[in-house]
Amino acid sequence: MKGDLGRPTQPDAERSGEAPPTFTGNRGLQIEEPLIYEIGRGDVSGVDLPDPPKVAARLGGLERADPPGNPGLSEPETMRHYVRLSQKNYAIDSGIFPLGSCTMKHNPRLNEKTARLPGFADIHPLQPQSTVEGGIALIAELGRRLTELTGMAAVAMSPRAGAHGELCGMLAIKAALEAAGETRSVVLVPDSAHGTNPATAATLGYDIVEVPARPDGTVDPAAVRERLNDTVAAIMLTNPNTAGLFERDVIAIAEAVHAAGAYFYADGANFNAIVGKARPGDLGVDAMHINLHKTFSTPHGGGGPGSGPVVLSEALAPFAPLPFVHVAAGVPRLVETDDDAPAGAHPFGRLTAFHGQMGMFVRAMAYMLSHGLDGMRQASEDAVLNANYVRACLSDLMSQPYGDRTCMHEVLFDDAFLKDSGVTTLDFAKALIDEGFHPMTVYFPLVVHGAMLIEPTESESKASLDLFVASLRDLALRVGRGEVDRFRQAPRLAPRSRLDETRAARKPVLTYTAPESYRSAAE
Amino acid sequence: MSTHYTRDHEWIRVEGDAALVGISNYAQEQLGDIVFIELPATGKSFKKGDEFAVVESVKAASEVYMPVSGEVIEANAALGDDPASVNSAAETDGWLVRVKLSDAAELEALLDADAYAAYLGTL
Amino acid sequence: MRYLPHSETDRATMLARIGAATIDDLFADIPEDARAPVYAGLPDAKSEFAVERELATYADRNVAAGAAPFFVGAGAYRHHVPATVDHIIQRSEFMTAYTPYQPEIAQGTLQVLFEFQTQVARLTGMEVANASMYDGSTAAAEAVLMAHRITRRGKAIVSGGVHPQYRDVIDTVSRASGHPVDNLPPDPGGTEDIAAAIDGDTSCVVVQMPSFYGHLRDLGPIATRAHEAGALLVAVFTEAVAFGAITPPGAMGADIVAGEGQSIGNPLTFGGPYVGLLAARAKHVRQMPGRLAGETVDADGRRGFVLTLSTREQHIRRDRATSNICTNSGLCALAFSVHMTLLGDAGLKRLAALNHANAVRLAETLAAVPGVTVLNETFFNEFTIRVPGDAAEIVERLAEAGVLGGVPVSRLQGRGKGLDDLIVVAATELTSAEDDQAFAAALAEVTS
Repeated sequence: MKGDLGRPTQPDAERSGEAPPTFTGNRGLQIEEPLIYEIGRGDVSGVDLPDPPKVAARLGGLERADPPGNPGLSEPETMRHYVRLSQKNYAIDSGIFPLGSCTMKHNPRLNEKTARLPGFADIHPLQPQSTVEGGIALIAELGRRLTELTGMAAVAMSPRAGAHGELCGMLAIKAALEAAGETRSVVLVPDSAHGTNPATAATLGYDIVEVPARPDGTVDPAAVRERLNDTVAAIMLTNPNTAGLFERDVIAIAEAVHAAGAYFYADGANFNAIVGKARPGDLGVDAMHINLHKTFSTPHGGGGPGSGPVVLSEALAPFAPLPFVHVAAGVPRLVETDDDAPAGAHPFGRLTAFHGQMGMFVRAMAYMLSHGLDGMRQASEDAVLNANYVRACLSDLMSQPYGDRTCMHEVLFDDAFLKDSGVTTLDFAKALIDEGFHPMTVYFPLVVHGAMLIEPTESESKASLDLFVASLRDLALRVGRGEVDRFRQAPRLAPRSRLDETRAARKPVLTYTAPESYRSAAE
Repeated sequence: MSTHYTRDHEWIRVEGDAALVGISNYAQEQLGDIVFIELPATGKSFKKGDEFAVVESVKAASEVYMPVSGEVIEANAALGDDPASVNSAAETDGWLVRVKLSDAAELEALLDADAYAAYLGTL
Repeated sequence: MRYLPHSETDRATMLARIGAATIDDLFADIPEDARAPVYAGLPDAKSEFAVERELATYADRNVAAGAAPFFVGAGAYRHHVPATVDHIIQRSEFMTAYTPYQPEIAQGTLQVLFEFQTQVARLTGMEVANASMYDGSTAAAEAVLMAHRITRRGKAIVSGGVHPQYRDVIDTVSRASGHPVDNLPPDPGGTEDIAAAIDGDTSCVVVQMPSFYGHLRDLGPIATRAHEAGALLVAVFTEAVAFGAITPPGAMGADIVAGEGQSIGNPLTFGGPYVGLLAARAKHVRQMPGRLAGETVDADGRRGFVLTLSTREQHIRRDRATSNICTNSGLCALAFSVHMTLLGDAGLKRLAALNHANAVRLAETLAAVPGVTVLNETFFNEFTIRVPGDAAEIVERLAEAGVLGGVPVSRLQGRGKGLDDLIVVAATELTSAEDDQAFAAALAEVTS
């Protein structure tokens, strides 16, 4: 076994897998970990279960003939497998995670504790509503707070993530237009938008028309007006935008959009910058999703789960999807079918089974209660303060695409300062890994050449930021001195050196297959 | 057997009564390591300027447009196993499709090798 | 505020470094009319114990599944989750990591996803699986859109045995994207002839196995008929544990399998977060939505994992992506994977056998209640009963009697559709003979 550690399951002639520097391949506390398929056994289980009582099976002759082929591990082996794997991950709990647009803030453990109360974790979405009144009340109260914070009329709680929320908001817009007898075919999207915006609009059959930014990185209302006509259904605008700038003409844009009979969808991914400072409802927004896993601190978990409630304006509120909470005589009730909908409600349909991400709702509620309005406003201010501090500390060495101007919760650099150095944005990011940091978001937004988007969040102390900017300054100076190898060979100190993404994409290996050569060698 | 180019960096070379179409060497350099190519079915017809294929690198997908109108009579099957040949031989073995031209006169509007080289100099 | 590190001195020092006089200078781009809004009903910060106390008042008003004889299923199932699972998913390095966009420092997450994909593919009998979707219902809708891309047709035929809310989600997404759906009538008896509905425009047939009403059937003939017509078979499931006992869709000719993975490793949590599973034939991988982890090597030739085939995805392909999905269910996928690793083939088989045996015992117990009929010949751990009276009222009265006795079909299908006397009931490894007896007694009581 030992000799195989870290060796490709499908080795090829290109690269044979050189001998690791130690016998085991381990490096001190960094321990190589095989796949469960290399260490598990079909007849081992880490779960003890009683003998099933003998019954006359009612499986209709469809008994599974062959076992799936997923080997088991005992409990200690399982623990060790996953603990070792975990040690190859960077996390917010280990250091600054300055991914722009991702809002990697502290995840309070109180949130985890409360979400695990049996009254939340051990309730079924379809047990009688009379037995889950507390759950429904919590959804109603969280929803109320979200509408209050955003200055909007209503909220759809069921979307399971931000992009799912986009679908929800755009479907509400589509339904409202259809109810007015209109068919509109175009959605305006700024060229700096998250990829989910055009992808969502395209899913709904809309044609996308891009709106380029003006030289200062924001959207010009004139550019929007030029593209508006009676075929435009909506504009999808992120504010603050993906360059970290507040769209200062947002009200003019909203007025122009409304004058054309279209709707204003706001991508709320960057809401963390303005909670307690401004309300989207006051800016002319008709629909906006809120990423509870960003702004309200529910954990990202290596890619999810998320939660994407959508706040809606008066005009769109009647079209909110099933299910929704309806409060009658002070008692909140879940409306789950069209038959059940109160007068005036025209739900556009259903986006998911059940009622949304309850586990995330509890966490977000814990966050809101803990911060209070004063704490949430302070968090936004600190997030913006931190981003501007990073900007101020780096503006002499790193280049900014739209000039050195006040940003919101994130600061955007480009690769002009790397020009002709032989170091790319990717190299620069990988060098940060060797310094013990997670890199910033790179190559997004796509319209900025070699973009590097830094979002420190409010969770970083001044000391943490000082070390981070000092490291970036050191790296920028090394680029200037022509120390190219440090960058091109980075990372050298991570659990893996630079991974070959081209190989992964050319010959995809997406599931484990036992390598024949190893099998025969072992026999 | 001269090769014509477009400003979108496709090339076309008439061979007999058909023509080979691919992306230029400049285009493959810009794309970087090519990992997958989505090719059209044989028998499909395209007009000049229609998208007929997609060339993918790890982080980008680029549409490829028909330099002239025509019907696809063969797609380069070897690219399925070896998309990298577009990197190593973009204007020879890395051709994408063989087409039957609808209107050979359309070739006249394209750039010849010298004009294309001059055009690249302006980019 | 305990989560915010800055002292007032820090803030003043930083503002000075920035060259701003006040914090509000940094918010100057917000239009003046929209600044400093007044909020109603949002209280100030609270201590940790005050928050705990307040949230407990909500939790205390709910009847936890473990506090009563419990038979509710219909798409979410109460299974035991080993303590190890919850411990591992709460490790900082898993819980507070982001999507693994920097693979060199995310090998933990990436190897887990690679193992997860393999586990899901093998469980469902398919060749590839993605790194998870939001839940089973959204996975099912994505599977339908995927089938449309593969077949270049647009009509889905959806079995009356598919979970009603899954049908609603497929409907909503299809209608919005301009694709017709042929929804067959609800099929509580498990007798529909779906193959007869297939025609030359059909992109896919969507069949749930076990069905919403609990029936099992051989999907082979449906697959054959679909393939003859150039259509695909999309198999949907809500109870992943079933495939420890029954033949998986992949072995019966399914082209795409989409379902809910909650049963393995994830608590009920009132419906979410859950984990959508999506598996397919390898030849269709480029039409799959969502993230995929793949194996590769690093610059030193060592094995490693990365996110791959990303050109399918919205962050690169934008309006031409296979889906708008970005966030998945990473942490729930981890919970699934840890639990599956603990079980292994042997444990899963035993768990499935226990579920089935408990369900058979429950069916026999309920069938003995006067006026109650079990509709199913076949089932795994869930089946449908006909009760003498209105099912919704009966379930409500059962709850008053302290028994959570299943899901009235009318709650999901709407009333007055000939389904008002049907209840879907489920048993799992946690259901005891005493629970069965309590259910039967209460049912006899409320229906007499």
